Amino acid sequence: MPEIIRTGKVYDVCVIGSGAAGGAAAKVLTEGGLNVVMLEAGPMLHPEADYKEHVWPYELAHRGAGIGGAGFDDFAGSEFPAPNGFWSIGGEPYTKAPGSQFMWFRSRIVGGRTNHWGRIALRFAEVDFRSHSHDGSGDDWPLTYQELAPYYDKVERYIGVFGSRENISSAPDGIFLPPPKPRCSDLLVKRGCDKLGILCVPSRLAILTQSVNGRAPCHYCAQCGRGCKTASNFSSSQVLIPPAMATGRLTLVTNAMAREILVNDEGKAQGVSYIDKAKRREQQVRAKAVVVAGSSCESARLLLNSRSSRFPQGLANSSGVVGRNLMDSVGSDGYGYVPALQKMPPHNHDGTGGMHLYIPWWKFDRKNEFLRGYHVEFSGGRDMPEAGEFHGVCQQYQGYGLDLKRRCKETYGAYLGLSGRGEMIPNKNSYCDIDPNVVDEWGIPVLRFHFQWGENEIKMAHDMQETFRAIVEAVGGTYLTKTESTGEFPYGLPPGGTIIHETGTVRMGNDPKTSALNSYCQAHEVKNLFVTDGACFVTNPDKNPTLSILALSWRASEYLLEEARKGSI
Amino acid sequence: MLTNISRRDVLKNLAVGVSAGSVLRMIPLQAAEHVHRMVRDERGQAAGSAYTPKFFPAHSYQTLRSLCQMIIPPDEKAGGALEAGAPEFIDLLTSENKEYQLTLGGGIAWLDSTCNDRYGKAYLECTVAQQKEILDQIAYRESAQKDSTLGPGITFFSLLRDLTTDGFFTSKIGIEYLEYIGNTYLAEFHGCPPLPES
Repeated sequence: MPEIIRTGKVYDVCVIGSGAAGGAAAKVLTEGGLNVVMLEAGPMLHPEADYKEHVWPYELAHRGAGIGGAGFDDFAGSEFPAPNGFWSIGGEPYTKAPGSQFMWFRSRIVGGRTNHWGRIALRFAEVDFRSHSHDGSGDDWPLTYQELAPYYDKVERYIGVFGSRENISSAPDGIFLPPPKPRCSDLLVKRGCDKLGILCVPSRLAILTQSVNGRAPCHYCAQCGRGCKTASNFSSSQVLIPPAMATGRLTLVTNAMAREILVNDEGKAQGVSYIDKAKRREQQVRAKAVVVAGSSCESARLLLNSRSSRFPQGLANSSGVVGRNLMDSVGSDGYGYVPALQKMPPHNHDGTGGMHLYIPWWKFDRKNEFLRGYHVEFSGGRDMPEAGEFHGVCQQYQGYGLDLKRRCKETYGAYLGLSGRGEMIPNKNSYCDIDPNVVDEWGIPVLRFHFQWGENEIKMAHDMQETFRAIVEAVGGTYLTKTESTGEFPYGLPPGGTIIHETGTVRMGNDPKTSALNSYCQAHEVKNLFVTDGACFVTNPDKNPTLSILALSWRASEYLLEEARKGSI
Repeated sequence: MLTNISRRDVLKNLAVGVSAGSVLRMIPLQAAEHVHRMVRDERGQAAGSAYTPKFFPAHSYQTLRSLCQMIIPPDEKAGGALEAGAPEFIDLLTSENKEYQLTLGGGIAWLDSTCNDRYGKAYLECTVAQQKEILDQIAYRESAQKDSTLGPGITFFSLLRDLTTDGFFTSKIGIEYLEYIGNTYLAEFHGCPPLPES
């Protein structure tokens, strides 16, 4: 790359990343009158061509199993999920320190991971913002639930979330559209929960059960993960980027991989150097402020790689916390065989993507073996058949012929899957830093992951497994998942990153010695630099991060807008 | 049945509608349904034409076809793995996967050589009773305890059984056989029929 292309134009704000955080920033800032340039490391998304919504498996030569059966081991290997998410990207590696296991899912496309996400949209609870005060572990957030609540309201009103008002302290109510009717699998889990004294209530999903802002309501095909051509679920690409575009003030640059944030002599950000992947050359774009929203670890990587004589440890990192505090969700899954489901007559079971009921954290009112909590998601019933679905039956019954064919039909739809998603307490052994010896194909130093689960996470996973078994058995089923207390996956706990909820690597806080950002996602040291994605999280409550990322980025962007109006940026 | 040209036109018009007509990237429901039907019809037409295997040599492919139909045979309710296109699907995946090539390609060769040793003929030329005899052994893991030489056959048959069920149950006839109802556009989701007492 012999020359660096510089353009004279100075934008008001450069937003790096186009997912939940970047999309929210682009919408708020452009609608507020600012000129924004957005850098996205992947290509443009074309839902009408890219999405496999309503495609039957037999309409694809690989039947959804992916090239060479890649989809059997990895959902990203299937042809069905919305593009372009990967567990590994050719030419863009990451490394793991000896003794650490970590999985890093990255999307390279406009909208990022919001194109395929689970649409689970849960508010953090009041206690989640002050967990240190509550139980002495980790740290408190520099803002309260009450301060963020108006932004949850704004986000929910705009993107559309269904749910129901339940008045549960661990799962605050939001601005909800009506929930859909429960499926059989939902009702069955609820029946078990009722017997066991476990809460089971309508899910909160960012899917429209009524029209919102001209977007059509859900048509109940259950294929949200493939992407939705009618934009009836939330994605940044279809719901946040288009209104920003419509202002005429958003310049979207695709295939642009940010390398470094540039600073001037006063230590303020003045632009971004990025790789134009198509032309394989470095370009620079200038802006009065920079919003980093490239996903938690990618954002930390960019700051760590933005070193200068003024910021030798990386930009906004005098505290040394950038890359630290890496968290994922505690995840453990299980499944059971439930004869009651087998008795259900054939019927349309599709519904929305995801479960229609869920189990919020219900043991908040008692002392448990572990700190913090988890929620439970579930699946099962007469879903569209997919490749790999009958491998378990084949393993169990073996044989061949009409008996096997009949057995598959009898057990179709009779399995119940349960997934616990819980809070990890950050620890000093879990972080990412720059690998001193490896660069990607663009010459950018790559991340190296260090990761360990703590005792609390293992105890929580154990509790999840016991809960799953209790529910399956309470409805007359047989719990089939076997886990070990020790070994590589204690109680089914997979490597960090697997749940794709990595957060915390550029955390906010009141003390510049122990945090990089203030409560508006603004860098303590660089006033015109903001990090608004999951990197800013102080803790990672059991609620999936996307809704809170949207609310935090929305709030930070309104603050930035106000500062820009005052001329403070 | 609409032509490719008209389908392109619809897609193009949808794209125009997206950028010009609406702030949000949306496609009206009827148009989405329309495109969906066209895609389905086109794909439906392509199926059924003669297939040239990408990986398996002719004799092996004939053996594969026969084994697939043994694993999921037709009955009064539905066709079997052959009618479902399972061999084509398995051949395609195998052509892209070195492990499958070894397990399935090697497995068919093992089956023929074992049948030659036992019956003096390759598998396809054996009598139905002989074929059933060997399959009844390699279809069950516990057979290896009685005869350890069956190991490669058991590994082979296990993978082939997985892939054959995939090929069958992801086909049109397989999905109909399961009585899956869905993949449609509903104005309202009706929920669960009354649950039986458990």
